[in-house]
Amino acid sequence: MSLIGDRTQVVRKAIVDSLSLPAFILFFTMMGFGSLMQNAGFGADMAAVATLLIWGLPGQLAMVELSATGQGVIAIVFACSLANARFMPMVVAFLPAMARAGVSLPRQLLDAQMLSINSWAMCLREFPKVEPEYRHLYYVTFASSILAAAVIGTLLGYYGAVILPAVLVLGLIFTSPLFFALVLSSTPGYAERLSMLTGCAIVPLAHHYLPSVDLLITGLAGGSFGFVAARFWGTADDD
Amino acid sequence: MTTETLWIIVLGCGAATFLWRALGVAVVRRIDPQGPLFKWVTCVSYAMVAGLIFRMLILPESELATVPLWLRCTSIAIAFAAYFVAGRRLVAGVLGGGVSLSALMFLVS
Repeated sequence: MSLIGDRTQVVRKAIVDSLSLPAFILFFTMMGFGSLMQNAGFGADMAAVATLLIWGLPGQLAMVELSATGQGVIAIVFACSLANARFMPMVVAFLPAMARAGVSLPRQLLDAQMLSINSWAMCLREFPKVEPEYRHLYYVTFASSILAAAVIGTLLGYYGAVILPAVLVLGLIFTSPLFFALVLSSTPGYAERLSMLTGCAIVPLAHHYLPSVDLLITGLAGGSFGFVAARFWGTADDD
Repeated sequence: MTTETLWIIVLGCGAATFLWRALGVAVVRRIDPQGPLFKWVTCVSYAMVAGLIFRMLILPESELATVPLWLRCTSIAIAFAAYFVAGRRLVAGVLGGGVSLSALMFLVS
Protein backbone atom coordinates (compact mmCIF):
# COMPACT_ATOMS: atom_id res chain seq x y z
CA MET A 1 0.00 0.00 0.00
CA SER A 2 1.45 3.36 -0.96
CA LEU A 3 1.47 6.08 1.67
CA ILE A 4 -0.44 9.34 1.33
CA GLY A 5 2.17 11.98 0.56
CA ASP A 6 0.28 14.89 -0.92
CA ARG A 7 -0.69 18.03 0.99
CA THR A 8 -4.26 18.26 -0.28
CA GLN A 9 -4.89 14.56 0.18
CA VAL A 10 -3.55 14.62 3.74
CA VAL A 11 -5.75 17.59 4.71
CA ARG A 12 -8.74 15.96 3.05
CA LYS A 13 -8.09 12.66 4.83
CA ALA A 14 -7.76 14.41 8.20
CA ILE A 15 -11.05 16.29 7.73
CA VAL A 16 -12.89 13.22 6.42
CA ASP A 17 -11.53 11.07 9.27
CA SER A 18 -12.57 13.64 11.87
CA LEU A 19 -16.05 14.12 10.39
CA SER A 20 -16.56 10.39 9.98
CA LEU A 21 -17.06 10.04 13.74
CA PRO A 22 -14.79 11.81 16.25
CA ALA A 23 -16.10 15.32 15.54
CA PHE A 24 -19.69 14.18 16.05
CA ILE A 25 -18.92 12.18 19.17
CA LEU A 26 -17.10 15.15 20.69
CA PHE A 27 -19.85 17.49 19.59
CA PHE A 28 -22.43 15.51 21.57
CA THR A 29 -20.14 14.80 24.53
CA MET A 30 -19.30 18.47 24.88
CA MET A 31 -22.97 19.37 24.65
CA GLY A 32 -23.32 17.41 27.87
CA PHE A 33 -20.42 19.36 29.39
CA GLY A 34 -21.93 22.68 28.23
CA SER A 35 -25.22 21.92 29.88
CA LEU A 36 -23.47 20.94 33.14
CA MET A 37 -21.54 24.23 33.04
CA GLN A 38 -24.78 26.14 32.64
CA ASN A 39 -26.32 24.33 35.63
CA ALA A 40 -23.23 25.00 37.76
CA GLY A 41 -23.48 28.77 37.18
CA PHE A 42 -20.55 29.31 34.80
CA GLY A 43 -20.84 31.71 31.84
CA ALA A 44 -21.04 30.54 28.23
CA ASP A 45 -17.66 32.16 27.55
CA MET A 46 -16.19 30.24 30.49
CA ALA A 47 -17.61 26.97 29.13
CA ALA A 48 -16.05 27.57 25.70
CA VAL A 49 -12.69 28.61 27.19
CA ALA A 50 -12.73 25.53 29.47
CA THR A 51 -13.14 23.19 26.49
CA LEU A 52 -10.47 25.04 24.54
CA LEU A 53 -7.88 25.24 27.34
CA ILE A 54 -8.45 22.11 29.43
CA TRP A 55 -9.30 19.96 26.40
CA GLY A 56 -9.66 16.75 28.32
CA LEU A 57 -13.14 15.64 29.34
CA PRO A 58 -12.38 13.81 32.61
CA GLY A 59 -10.72 16.96 33.98
CA GLN A 60 -13.51 19.17 32.67
CA LEU A 61 -16.11 16.96 34.35
CA ALA A 62 -14.16 16.96 37.62
CA MET A 63 -14.07 20.77 37.46
CA VAL A 64 -17.77 21.30 36.78
CA GLU A 65 -18.98 18.60 39.19
CA LEU A 66 -16.86 19.83 42.11
CA SER A 67 -17.81 23.45 41.38
CA ALA A 68 -21.48 22.50 41.45
CA THR A 69 -21.01 21.00 44.93
CA GLY A 70 -19.26 24.17 46.12
CA GLN A 71 -15.70 22.90 46.72
CA GLY A 72 -12.77 25.27 47.18
CA VAL A 73 -10.77 26.56 44.20
CA ILE A 74 -7.59 24.67 45.14
CA ALA A 75 -9.44 21.37 45.55
CA ILE A 76 -11.17 21.83 42.18
CA VAL A 77 -7.98 22.68 40.29
CA PHE A 78 -6.15 19.79 41.97
CA ALA A 79 -8.90 17.28 41.10
CA CYS A 80 -8.98 18.48 37.49
CA SER A 81 -5.21 18.20 37.26
CA LEU A 82 -5.21 14.63 38.61
CA ALA A 83 -8.01 13.62 36.26
CA ASN A 84 -5.94 14.85 33.32
CA ALA A 85 -2.53 13.55 34.43
CA ARG A 86 -2.64 10.98 31.63
CA PHE A 87 -1.57 13.76 29.23
CA MET A 88 2.00 13.46 30.47
CA PRO A 89 2.65 9.89 29.22
CA MET A 90 0.31 10.46 26.25
CA VAL A 91 2.42 13.40 25.05
CA VAL A 92 5.60 11.38 25.50
CA ALA A 93 4.20 8.46 23.51
CA PHE A 94 2.68 10.69 20.84
CA LEU A 95 5.13 13.41 19.80
CA PRO A 96 7.90 11.10 18.49
CA ALA A 97 5.32 9.33 16.27
CA MET A 98 5.28 12.44 14.09
CA ALA A 99 8.99 11.93 13.44
CA ARG A 100 9.88 15.61 13.22
CA ALA A 101 13.46 16.57 13.85
CA GLY A 102 14.49 19.89 15.39
CA VAL A 103 11.07 21.18 16.37
CA SER A 104 11.14 24.32 18.53
CA LEU A 105 9.93 24.17 22.12
CA PRO A 106 6.95 26.55 21.66
CA ARG A 107 5.81 24.53 18.65
CA GLN A 108 6.02 21.29 20.64
CA LEU A 109 4.11 22.84 23.53
CA LEU A 110 1.39 23.91 21.11
CA ASP A 111 1.24 20.37 19.69
CA ALA A 112 0.96 19.03 23.24
CA GLN A 113 -1.82 21.51 24.07
CA MET A 114 -3.88 20.35 21.06
CA LEU A 115 -3.60 16.69 22.01
CA SER A 116 -6.70 14.88 23.18
CA ILE A 117 -7.52 11.23 23.57
CA ASN A 118 -9.35 11.39 20.19
CA SER A 119 -6.43 12.67 18.18
CA TRP A 120 -4.03 10.48 20.13
CA ALA A 121 -5.92 7.29 19.32
CA MET A 122 -6.87 8.21 15.74
CA CYS A 123 -3.46 9.54 14.72
CA LEU A 124 -1.57 6.56 16.14
CA ARG A 125 -3.99 4.40 14.13
CA GLU A 126 -3.80 6.39 10.88
CA PHE A 127 -0.15 7.57 10.89
CA PRO A 128 1.15 4.35 9.26
CA LYS A 129 -0.92 5.29 6.18
CA VAL A 130 0.61 8.79 5.90
CA GLU A 131 4.13 9.76 4.77
CA PRO A 132 6.16 10.72 7.88
CA GLU A 133 6.71 14.32 6.72
CA TYR A 134 2.94 14.89 6.43
CA ARG A 135 1.95 13.33 9.77
CA HIS A 136 2.16 16.64 11.60
CA LEU A 137 -0.12 18.26 9.03
CA TYR A 138 -2.57 15.39 9.45
CA TYR A 139 -2.49 15.80 13.23
CA VAL A 140 -2.95 19.58 13.26
CA THR A 141 -5.81 19.43 10.74
CA PHE A 142 -7.53 16.59 12.60
CA ALA A 143 -7.07 18.18 16.03
CA SER A 144 -8.32 21.63 14.88
CA SER A 145 -11.34 20.07 13.26
CA ILE A 146 -12.45 18.18 16.38
CA LEU A 147 -11.58 21.13 18.63
CA ALA A 148 -13.91 23.34 16.60
CA ALA A 149 -16.69 20.73 16.82
CA ALA A 150 -16.12 20.46 20.59
CA VAL A 151 -16.36 24.23 21.20
CA ILE A 152 -19.51 24.51 19.06
CA GLY A 153 -20.98 21.53 20.93
CA THR A 154 -20.15 23.12 24.30
CA LEU A 155 -21.94 26.35 23.37
CA LEU A 156 -25.00 24.60 21.91
CA GLY A 157 -25.19 22.41 25.02
CA TYR A 158 -24.85 25.47 27.23
CA TYR A 159 -27.77 27.19 25.60
CA GLY A 160 -29.77 23.94 25.53
CA ALA A 161 -30.19 24.33 21.78
CA VAL A 162 -30.67 20.65 21.09
CA ILE A 163 -33.08 18.69 23.26
CA LEU A 164 -32.89 14.95 22.68
CA PRO A 165 -34.91 12.05 24.14
CA ALA A 166 -33.26 10.49 27.22
CA VAL A 167 -32.59 7.07 25.67
CA LEU A 168 -30.91 8.72 22.68
CA VAL A 169 -28.70 10.79 25.02
CA LEU A 170 -27.59 7.57 26.75
CA GLY A 171 -26.69 6.03 23.39
CA LEU A 172 -24.68 9.14 22.50
CA ILE A 173 -22.79 9.20 25.83
CA PHE A 174 -22.02 5.54 25.27
CA THR A 175 -20.48 6.13 21.82
CA SER A 176 -17.52 8.08 23.17
CA PRO A 177 -15.81 5.34 25.26
CA LEU A 178 -16.99 2.74 22.76
CA PHE A 179 -15.22 4.55 19.95
CA PHE A 180 -11.91 4.52 21.87
CA ALA A 181 -12.35 0.87 22.80
CA LEU A 182 -12.77 -0.01 19.11
CA VAL A 183 -9.84 2.15 17.98
CA LEU A 184 -7.54 0.67 20.63
CA SER A 185 -8.59 -2.92 19.92
CA SER A 186 -6.40 -2.82 16.81
CA THR A 187 -3.32 -1.47 18.61
CA PRO A 188 -0.24 -3.38 17.47
CA GLY A 189 2.50 -4.52 19.84
CA TYR A 190 2.56 -7.21 22.52
CA ALA A 191 3.70 -4.84 25.30
CA GLU A 192 0.99 -2.26 24.50
CA ARG A 193 -1.79 -4.87 24.35
CA LEU A 194 -0.66 -6.49 27.58
CA SER A 195 -0.49 -3.05 29.27
CA MET A 196 -4.05 -2.27 28.18
CA LEU A 197 -5.42 -5.62 29.39
CA THR A 198 -3.64 -5.27 32.73
CA GLY A 199 -4.90 -1.70 33.01
CA CYS A 200 -8.49 -2.88 32.55
CA ALA A 201 -7.98 -5.53 35.24
CA ILE A 202 -6.46 -3.09 37.73
CA VAL A 203 -8.75 -0.08 37.30
CA PRO A 204 -11.77 -1.47 39.23
CA LEU A 205 -9.57 -2.15 42.27
CA ALA A 206 -7.72 1.17 42.03
CA HIS A 207 -11.02 3.00 41.56
CA HIS A 208 -12.51 1.28 44.60
CA TYR A 209 -9.62 1.91 46.99
CA LEU A 210 -8.03 5.16 45.71
CA PRO A 211 -10.55 6.85 43.41
CA SER A 212 -8.68 10.18 43.11
CA VAL A 213 -5.49 8.61 41.73
CA ASP A 214 -6.99 5.47 40.18
CA LEU A 215 -5.76 6.17 36.66
CA LEU A 216 -2.24 7.04 37.78
CA ILE A 217 -1.99 3.74 39.64
CA THR A 218 -3.60 1.89 36.74
CA GLY A 219 -1.14 3.40 34.27
CA LEU A 220 1.96 2.85 36.35
CA ALA A 221 1.09 -0.69 37.43
CA GLY A 222 -0.47 -1.84 34.14
CA GLY A 223 2.16 -0.20 31.96
CA SER A 224 5.07 -1.49 34.04
CA PHE A 225 3.65 -5.01 34.00
CA GLY A 226 3.11 -4.93 30.24
CA PHE A 227 6.57 -3.51 29.68
CA VAL A 228 8.38 -6.02 31.91
CA ALA A 229 6.31 -9.01 30.78
CA ALA A 230 6.98 -8.21 27.13
CA ARG A 231 10.72 -7.95 27.86
CA PHE A 232 10.90 -11.29 29.63
CA TRP A 233 8.39 -13.47 27.89
CA GLY A 234 7.58 -11.52 24.75
CA THR A 235 8.62 -13.44 21.69
CA ALA A 236 6.19 -11.51 19.52
CA ASP A 237 7.33 -8.04 20.59
CA ASP A 238 7.35 -6.17 17.33
CA ASP A 239 9.02 -2.88 18.20
CA MET B 1 -19.41 31.88 43.46
CA THR B 2 -18.41 35.20 41.94
CA THR B 3 -17.53 35.63 38.27
CA GLU B 4 -13.88 36.18 39.21
CA THR B 5 -13.75 32.92 41.20
CA LEU B 6 -15.34 30.99 38.33
CA TRP B 7 -12.80 32.41 35.87
CA ILE B 8 -9.97 31.52 38.23
CA ILE B 9 -11.30 27.95 38.38
CA VAL B 10 -11.51 27.66 34.56
CA LEU B 11 -8.10 29.19 33.92
CA GLY B 12 -6.53 27.34 36.84
CA CYS B 13 -7.82 24.01 35.52
CA GLY B 14 -6.50 24.87 32.05
CA ALA B 15 -3.07 25.71 33.48
CA ALA B 16 -3.06 22.60 35.71
CA THR B 17 -3.76 20.37 32.72
CA PHE B 18 -1.17 22.18 30.61
CA LEU B 19 1.46 21.41 33.29
CA TRP B 20 1.14 17.68 32.53
CA ARG B 21 1.40 18.34 28.81
CA ALA B 22 4.49 20.54 29.29
CA LEU B 23 6.01 17.89 31.54
CA GLY B 24 5.47 15.39 28.73
CA VAL B 25 7.25 17.73 26.29
CA ALA B 26 10.14 18.16 28.75
CA VAL B 27 10.50 14.39 29.03
CA VAL B 28 10.16 13.74 25.31
CA ARG B 29 12.97 16.18 24.52
CA ARG B 30 15.31 14.28 26.83
CA ILE B 31 14.69 10.62 26.11
CA ASP B 32 15.55 8.43 23.13
CA PRO B 33 12.36 7.41 21.25
CA GLN B 34 13.98 4.06 20.48
CA GLY B 35 15.03 3.38 24.09
CA PRO B 36 13.45 1.30 26.86
CA LEU B 37 12.37 4.36 28.90
CA PHE B 38 10.26 5.60 26.00
CA LYS B 39 8.78 2.14 25.56
CA TRP B 40 7.87 2.03 29.25
CA VAL B 41 6.16 5.46 29.20
CA THR B 42 4.25 4.36 26.08
CA CYS B 43 3.07 1.26 27.96
CA VAL B 44 2.00 3.44 30.91
CA SER B 45 0.01 5.72 28.59
CA TYR B 46 -1.76 2.76 26.95
CA ALA B 47 -2.60 1.25 30.35
CA MET B 48 -3.95 4.61 31.59
CA VAL B 49 -6.07 5.23 28.53
CA ALA B 50 -7.39 1.64 28.51
CA GLY B 51 -8.18 1.92 32.23
CA LEU B 52 -10.02 5.20 31.66
CA ILE B 53 -12.12 3.73 28.85
CA PHE B 54 -12.83 0.57 30.84
CA ARG B 55 -13.93 2.73 33.78
CA MET B 56 -16.19 4.85 31.55
CA LEU B 57 -17.88 1.74 30.16
CA ILE B 58 -18.03 -0.57 33.20
CA LEU B 59 -17.97 1.81 36.20
CA PRO B 60 -19.45 5.02 34.77
CA GLU B 61 -20.04 8.11 36.85
CA SER B 62 -22.07 9.70 34.06
CA GLU B 63 -25.74 9.08 33.31
CA LEU B 64 -24.59 5.77 31.82
CA ALA B 65 -24.69 4.44 35.39
CA THR B 66 -28.49 4.31 35.00
CA VAL B 67 -28.05 1.68 32.26
CA PRO B 68 -27.80 -1.87 33.74
CA LEU B 69 -24.37 -3.48 33.42
CA TRP B 70 -25.66 -6.47 31.41
CA LEU B 71 -27.20 -4.07 28.91
CA ARG B 72 -23.95 -2.11 28.53
CA CYS B 73 -22.00 -5.35 28.06
CA THR B 74 -24.49 -6.59 25.45
CA SER B 75 -24.11 -3.35 23.50
CA ILE B 76 -20.31 -3.53 23.74
CA ALA B 77 -20.43 -7.08 22.34
CA ILE B 78 -22.74 -5.95 19.52
CA ALA B 79 -20.41 -3.02 18.76
CA PHE B 80 -17.33 -5.25 18.49
CA ALA B 81 -19.22 -7.81 16.39
CA ALA B 82 -20.42 -5.08 14.00
CA TYR B 83 -16.91 -3.57 13.85
CA PHE B 84 -15.21 -6.82 12.86
CA VAL B 85 -18.00 -8.06 10.55
CA ALA B 86 -17.83 -4.74 8.66
CA GLY B 87 -14.08 -5.13 8.16
CA ARG B 88 -12.90 -2.99 11.10
CA ARG B 89 -15.11 -0.05 10.23
CA LEU B 90 -15.42 2.28 13.24
CA VAL B 91 -18.72 3.75 12.04
CA ALA B 92 -20.32 0.29 12.00
CA GLY B 93 -19.12 -0.51 15.52
CA VAL B 94 -20.11 2.81 17.07
CA LEU B 95 -23.52 2.84 15.36
CA GLY B 96 -24.14 -0.79 16.32
CA GLY B 97 -23.26 -0.13 19.96
CA GLY B 98 -25.00 3.22 20.32
CA VAL B 99 -28.21 2.20 18.54
CA SER B 100 -28.45 -1.13 20.39
CA LEU B 101 -27.99 0.60 23.76
CA SER B 102 -30.67 3.18 23.00
CA ALA B 103 -33.04 0.52 21.62
CA LEU B 104 -32.53 -1.87 24.56
CA MET B 105 -33.04 0.95 27.08
CA PHE B 106 -36.21 1.96 25.25
CA LEU B 107 -37.49 -1.64 25.44
CA VAL B 108 -36.49 -2.16 29.08
CA SER B 109 -37.80 1.11 30.51
